Amino acid sequence: MSETALAAERQGTDKAQPLVVRFAGDSGDGIQLAGYEFAKSTADARSDFMTFPDFPAEIRAPTGTLFGVSAFQIQFGADEVLTPGDRADVLVAFNPAALATNLQNLKPGGVLIVDETHFDARGLKKAKLDVNPLEDRTLDGYQVITVDVEKRTLEALKSLELGRKQAVRAKNFWVLGLVYWMFARPLGKTQDWLNVKFKKTPAVARANIMAMKAGHAYGETLEISAVPDLTAPRVAKHKGASRIISGARAMALGLAAVAALGRRDIVFCSYPITPASTLLHALARLEGGVRTFQAEDEIAAATAAIGASFAGSLGVTASSGPGLSLKTEALGLGVAVELPLIVIDVQRGGPSTGMPTKPEQSDLTMAIHGRHGEAPLPVLAPATPDDCFWIMIEAARIAIETMSPVIVLTDAYLANAASDWEIPDIDNVPDIDRPRVKPDGEGEFRPFARDPLTLARPWVAPGTPGHAHRIGGLEKAKGSGHISYDPANHAEMTRARAEKISRIADRLPAIEMEDGVQDGDILIIGWGSTHGSIAQAVKELNAEGARVSHVHLRHLWPLPRGLEALIRCFPRAVTAELNTGQLSSILRSEYLAPVTCISQVNGQPFYVSDLKAEITRRLETCVHE
Amino acid sequence: MNEMPLKPNDFGSDQEVRWCPGCGDYAILKAMKTVLADIGRSPDEIVFVAGIGCAARFPYYLSTYGFHTIHGRAAAVATGVKLANPDLDVWVVGGDGDFMSIGGNHTLHALRRNVDLNLLLFNNAIYGLTKGQYSPTSPIGTRSPSTPGGSVEQPVNPVRFALGCGAKFVARAADTLQTHLPVVLKRAHANKGASFVEILQNCLVYNDGAFGAINDRSESQEATVRLEHGQPMIFGKENDKALLFNKRTCRFEAAKIAGLENRDDIAIHDETSLERALALAALEQPDFPVPLGVIYAAEAPEFIEARGFSGTWSEWDREKLKALL
Repeated sequence: MSETALAAERQGTDKAQPLVVRFAGDSGDGIQLAGYEFAKSTADARSDFMTFPDFPAEIRAPTGTLFGVSAFQIQFGADEVLTPGDRADVLVAFNPAALATNLQNLKPGGVLIVDETHFDARGLKKAKLDVNPLEDRTLDGYQVITVDVEKRTLEALKSLELGRKQAVRAKNFWVLGLVYWMFARPLGKTQDWLNVKFKKTPAVARANIMAMKAGHAYGETLEISAVPDLTAPRVAKHKGASRIISGARAMALGLAAVAALGRRDIVFCSYPITPASTLLHALARLEGGVRTFQAEDEIAAATAAIGASFAGSLGVTASSGPGLSLKTEALGLGVAVELPLIVIDVQRGGPSTGMPTKPEQSDLTMAIHGRHGEAPLPVLAPATPDDCFWIMIEAARIAIETMSPVIVLTDAYLANAASDWEIPDIDNVPDIDRPRVKPDGEGEFRPFARDPLTLARPWVAPGTPGHAHRIGGLEKAKGSGHISYDPANHAEMTRARAEKISRIADRLPAIEMEDGVQDGDILIIGWGSTHGSIAQAVKELNAEGARVSHVHLRHLWPLPRGLEALIRCFPRAVTAELNTGQLSSILRSEYLAPVTCISQVNGQPFYVSDLKAEITRRLETCVHE
Repeated sequence: MNEMPLKPNDFGSDQEVRWCPGCGDYAILKAMKTVLADIGRSPDEIVFVAGIGCAARFPYYLSTYGFHTIHGRAAAVATGVKLANPDLDVWVVGGDGDFMSIGGNHTLHALRRNVDLNLLLFNNAIYGLTKGQYSPTSPIGTRSPSTPGGSVEQPVNPVRFALGCGAKFVARAADTLQTHLPVVLKRAHANKGASFVEILQNCLVYNDGAFGAINDRSESQEATVRLEHGQPMIFGKENDKALLFNKRTCRFEAAKIAGLENRDDIAIHDETSLERALALAALEQPDFPVPLGVIYAAEAPEFIEARGFSGTWSEWDREKLKALL
C-alpha cells in the first residue's frame, strides 16, 4: 500500500487516494478550457493538484483525426501532489480518435466516459479503427459510461434556437457538468466565469451554462451502481492562501517582481514561438514594470534585449530551442560586453521543428556550451511551476551581480502545467542591487574594472553624466575596455570571464538533497521539470523500503559546490533526464565520476511508475555497471 | 551642465582612428562632430550603436556612449536602447553589408515601426573589412575576389528600399560634401521617428570612384541635384539644368533650362509626397543627377511613444506588485 493510501486510512474519509482525471478530444472541442475549469474547481475544493495540458501543435486539425487529439490531465489529492499523475482513474473521451490514442493512459479498471456520437463508420475510419471499440471486447475491464453527448447537448439547448454547429460547441461544458456531478463539485464559479468571459456574447454564456447544468442533471439520472463514488473531498490541510498558476504565468509574475525589486522597468523582447509565446502574452497584459517588445525575429529579440541592458534596464528574451540557436551569436556578444541579460528557453522536442508542444530537456548542452569562442555563462532550471516565479528573481540577481547573460531552461510541460500556488511573501525578498560604479574604489571610471569578489564590471548606462564610454564585441583591454589584440590581455580576459562565472557557485547555498540519506544505495540526480516525477518515485520507493536519494539541480552551470563529493558518497549515481543523457555526460566530464542516465525522449514527462521500475532495476545491478 | 558650448572636437574620443588614409569615413566623422556640437546635447545623453565593418568602428572615435555590436544587428540593439530609455539620442551606423544584407530585416522593421533612431547607412558598395567582395549595393559587373568574372546581381537601391519599408524620413548625402552632409544629418536628428540617411562613401582601397562625380567636390554639381523643400530642382555647375515632372508617366525628366518654354515647368521639391519621393529614388547616374538631401519626410506616430513608454521607470513598485500577486 502506498504512503498516501496509508495516510488516507489513518486520517479518515477526507483523505482518499489522489485521483487522476484526463480529458481527451479534438483540439477544437475546448478540452483545455474544460480541463482548466476543472482545475480551478479543484483549487476551490482545496485539494493539492498538478495539471498537464498535452496538445498537438496544430491549432484545429481536421476533426476526428488521431493527430488532432488534445488532452488535459490533472491529479489531485489531500497530500502533496507532485505530478499530474501517470495513468488516469477517469478518462473522458470525446470521440473515437481520442479513445484510440488515450485508452493507454487509463488505468486498468478505470472509469471511462465516452461520447458515443461519432462511433459511426465515418468516425471510426477517421480514427483508423476497423471495429467499433464500444462493441468488441476492447473496453473489457474498464467501467464504461457511454453517453450520446452531442444529442443531449442539442436537446438541452433546443429552446435557444441556435444553429446545430453552435449548439454542439457547448458539449465540453455538458461533459464538464457531468464530471462536476461525479465529483460533487458546485457549478457556481464556472457559471460566473462564463458570464464574465462571454460578457459581450451572452447567448454563448447562456448556452454553455445550460449545457453544463444539463450534463450535471444527467448525472442524477444515472444508476448509482454504474458510477464509482469519487466524491470524497480530498482537502489538503497544509494550505494557506493560494491560487492556480502555470509555469508561464509564474515566470511573468517573477519578472514583474524583478522590476519591483530592481526599481527599474525591465524590457522583455521575444519573437512568437511555441511553447514560449504564452510568456509574452502574460507579460503584455501587465500594467507596469515590464516593457514588452515583439521583435521581427529571434536575433532582434536577443539583440534588442542586450541594447536595453546596455541602456540600464534588465533585458529579457524568451524562446524555444530553434530560437535559442538563432540567438547564440548575440549571447556571445552579451558575454563579451559583460551585460546582464536573461534568456528563457522553453524547451521542446527537437531537433529542428521537432515536436513544438511536447516537453524535452534536450537543450542543456547547447545552453552550457553552445557558443563560439570561450563564452561561459550561468544556466538555471526551475523545478516546479512555483519555482518558475523564484527562478526569475534568482536569474536576475545572478545576471546583475555578475554582469552576465543567464540562461533559464524550462520546458513545454513546466510552462503549461498548472498547480496551486501559495502567494509569495515579497516583503522578505531583498532588493536587487547593481554592481558598484568603481569596483576598485578610487580613481577614474573604468568600464572594465572588476569587483574583487564577484569579478563583475560596473553597469553604467548612457545618460549617466561624466561616464560616457564605448563597449563592443572586440576584445577589450582589462580595466579601460579599449580595443586590445594583446595576447596576454586576451588570455587574462578569457580566464577572468570564466572565473567570474565559476565564482557564482561560491555564493550559492550548500547543496541539499531533496530526499534520502547520504549513505543510500543510489543517488538520482534530476534537474528542471522532472522534479515532481522523481520526488514522487523516490518517496514511494523509500516507503516500500528502498534506500534511494534524490538531488535536484536548480543551478546547472556553474555546478554547485559539493555535488562531486555527494556523487562520490553513493555506489550508484544516475541522472533522470528527458534527453539521451546530457547532464550525465557533463557530470562525467567534470568529475570523472561514473554517472549513468535514466533517459526518456518520447515527448512526455516521466511516469512515476516507469521511474520506479527503472530505479529498481538499477538497484539490482552491480555497482559501476 | 555644460556652461561652455561644446566644440566639434569635444565629441572626439581619445582613440586613434584606424581607417585607411583617405577613407570617406573620416569626412563623415568630421561632419558628425560638427553636427553634434551644433545640436548641443551632452555626449552623456547620446548613444552611437554600430554593427560590424569599417563604418561600424565609428562609435569608438566619438566621446559619446557607444556600442559596437554584431554584424547587421545595430538597429535591433538600438531599438532596445530606446525601449529602455527613450530620452537618449540614438544614432545607428552601419555599412551596406550591415543595413542591406545581413541586417536587412532589422532595417525594414526599424523603419516600418518608426522607432526614433537616426540610421546612417555608409554605402561604399563593397565589403571593405573582409577585403573587397561585392556587396548588395555593388552594380552589375563588379569584379571582386568573390566575383572574378563580374557580379550579375541587381543591386538594391537603399532609398527605394527605405521608402518601400514605409520609412517616414529618407535622405541621401555624400561623404565629401561637407556643407551639405551636416545639414542633412541635422534634419535627420530633428525628425521624431526613424530617420534613414544613405551616405555615399568612397572606399579608396577596394572601390575608389564608385560614385563617380557625385562625391567629387568639383564635379558634384553636375552629377547630383540638391533637394530643398519648396524649391525648384535645379542642378549643374552653372545652375543650367533642371528636373521636370512628367505627370503622364509619373517620372522625372532632365532638361537644360535654356531650352524650356516656361521656367515654371521646373519641378518644385515636395518632400511630403511619397509618389514624388519614389520617382526621385529611381533617378540614377548616368542618365540623371542623383538626388541628394531630404527626399521624403512625413509625420507619423513614433513607436516608443505610441507604446506609451517614457523615462526608465513606470512607477512600478512592491505595493503594486503585491496587489498583482
